Amino acid sequence: MKILVLMKMVPDIVEELEVASDGRSLDQEYLRFIVNERDEYALEQALLLKDGLGATVTVVAPDAPEVDDVLYTARAKGADRLIKVTGLPAGSGARATAAALAVTLPAIEGALPADLVLSGCQAIDDLDGFVAPLLAGALGVPYLGLVSRVSVDAAAGKAQVMKEFAGGVMGRFEVSLPALLGIQGCEKPPRYVPVAKVRAAIGAGGIEAVEASAGTAVAPVEVAALAKPEAAGHAEMLEGSAQDVAEKVADILAARGLL
Amino acid sequence: MTQAIVLDVPDLTLDGLLDTPAGRALLSCIQCGTCAGTCPYGEVLRYTPRRLIGMLREGFIEEALAGDDLLSCVTCYDCWAKCPRGLRLTDVLLPVVKEQVLLRLPQVPPELQDALANTMRYGNPMGESPRKRAAWVESAGVPVPLLRDLGRPVDVLWIVECYAAYYPRGQDNARATARILNALGVDFAILGSEEKCAGECARLVGEKGLFDTLREQNLAVFGKYEFGALLTSDPHAFDAFAYVYPALGLDRPVDHTTPFVAARLDALKPRLTQELGYKITYHDSCVLGRHNHVHDEPRRLLEALPGVSLVEMTHNRDSTICCGGGGGGMWLDTFYKAKGHPRLSDRRVEEALATGADVLAVSCPYEVPRFEDSLKVLGGDDRMVVRDVMELVAEALAD
Repeated sequence: MKILVLMKMVPDIVEELEVASDGRSLDQEYLRFIVNERDEYALEQALLLKDGLGATVTVVAPDAPEVDDVLYTARAKGADRLIKVTGLPAGSGARATAAALAVTLPAIEGALPADLVLSGCQAIDDLDGFVAPLLAGALGVPYLGLVSRVSVDAAAGKAQVMKEFAGGVMGRFEVSLPALLGIQGCEKPPRYVPVAKVRAAIGAGGIEAVEASAGTAVAPVEVAALAKPEAAGHAEMLEGSAQDVAEKVADILAARGLL
Repeated sequence: MTQAIVLDVPDLTLDGLLDTPAGRALLSCIQCGTCAGTCPYGEVLRYTPRRLIGMLREGFIEEALAGDDLLSCVTCYDCWAKCPRGLRLTDVLLPVVKEQVLLRLPQVPPELQDALANTMRYGNPMGESPRKRAAWVESAGVPVPLLRDLGRPVDVLWIVECYAAYYPRGQDNARATARILNALGVDFAILGSEEKCAGECARLVGEKGLFDTLREQNLAVFGKYEFGALLTSDPHAFDAFAYVYPALGLDRPVDHTTPFVAARLDALKPRLTQELGYKITYHDSCVLGRHNHVHDEPRRLLEALPGVSLVEMTHNRDSTICCGGGGGGMWLDTFYKAKGHPRLSDRRVEEALATGADVLAVSCPYEVPRFEDSLKVLGGDDRMVVRDVMELVAEALAD
């Protein structure tokens, strides 16, 4: 079985994001990138399938700061092939990103066809989770998103997929392979790999750099302006003794007709 | 009394253990079981040091390294202190064995995983912003210069460390220390956002690669500046700088804030005039107390505070009871709970409450959250508060 995992870097929000002086982009001075959390689950799901059934796992990620560390960490966890795609414009929007991946992935030798393509189901710069289904459409394979568990019947060429719905309802789907799955979670949290193994992977090298293919007709999104949300209101902190605070809470509830 | 020793082999592994004198000495274990008897988790730990040595000696190596049993070792130095053969169990044997355990562990407990991953990425186990490492300085009320801003050498480079820099109650310790250093006229500075975890707990839980990475980063930063000595608020960082970093080139004296201030008590004493009126019991931490035998210094400081009376717990000095936070234990509470282990900090706090003291004084920033949690769990938080020795000294300090 061949599994392709799509991972990407997103801004790390542990530091406050600042708007750059051009008013249209993020200030790069303290900006760090971190792997999209859902993509870590996509990798874990691939590795779980590899552990159980045997598979070759190829990880593909657009070039970005610190992406090499992420790829080597994937290698230390058990990924077989690491590919870094250069020349993909960052922040170009879901449609353009999906279109660019749709022409680039088939051009990477040996990457496609894959039995399964796994991606995070969303990212902080793709909250609607459009990239993966648009890519599936372009590649002509079925897509299931918000997936939290995958099992594969390789002989039958099918995968059983658990999807989570609102209210704690789970749905079980069967999908023929090849397919693209948008991973929300999996049965285990992403595995920890000791830093010594990552350092060994870095020492061994082996990331393949591949230029993104040209030839997509989809124009990238242009950012006209970027601004922090304005605070619309503030929480009121009630001060005083427990008795005072209780009375104030009662007054507030009464004033709103809730008592 | 066993003495802490500088590690002379910086990259010791289980494979190379028998190439070192300390490693070869392990072969002379007489299998007496004192280590198991004294271990705070001796009743629940399957592979006590005695059994580990026995298995390794007989070639049951993979059996000894399989499973998560050794995550229950909180590196309290109790086996190290009491071994009649003087074997270096906590500082030599356990780290190299635990490194191999961690490499084989199919699933690292999530809390520990987060702490290790955060320390790797952000330089602190909480996953806080590296840029905000010195945010506490704004509320210090006294000057706390950044070394990079000073542009000159300083006598003392103060490594605040993660819990004192980020944890809200730890910041009380940092602010108190800053006031004391200013009162003493110490020429000091901090690294601020350039500071990263010293990595000792990562080393002792078996994450040697993480420790190596942090050590390289810290030594690179130290190399940028000129300073006379290192001072730290964290006993674990003290151990790392005093015993592990020297083999890789750190050649400055290292001190912990408690003995550092105690050594300058005469200069401080005229200003310690605020009446506290506390009955205090002091908890000796495993690292500063048992490993480094710093017992008299904190007591001297506390006895010098006006209106303070000191009472001792049953287990004190080298016989202290572990808070359970060392060697990764800080991030394994849920794991221990799931295993049904007793919470070690609860045992310690029960003993502290039995003294009738109203303050439990500590010198390690890990102990504040651990003991405060235990006081709440045991229903003792209306009778006792936890305070770092630095907080108490600063409270007695007249402005």
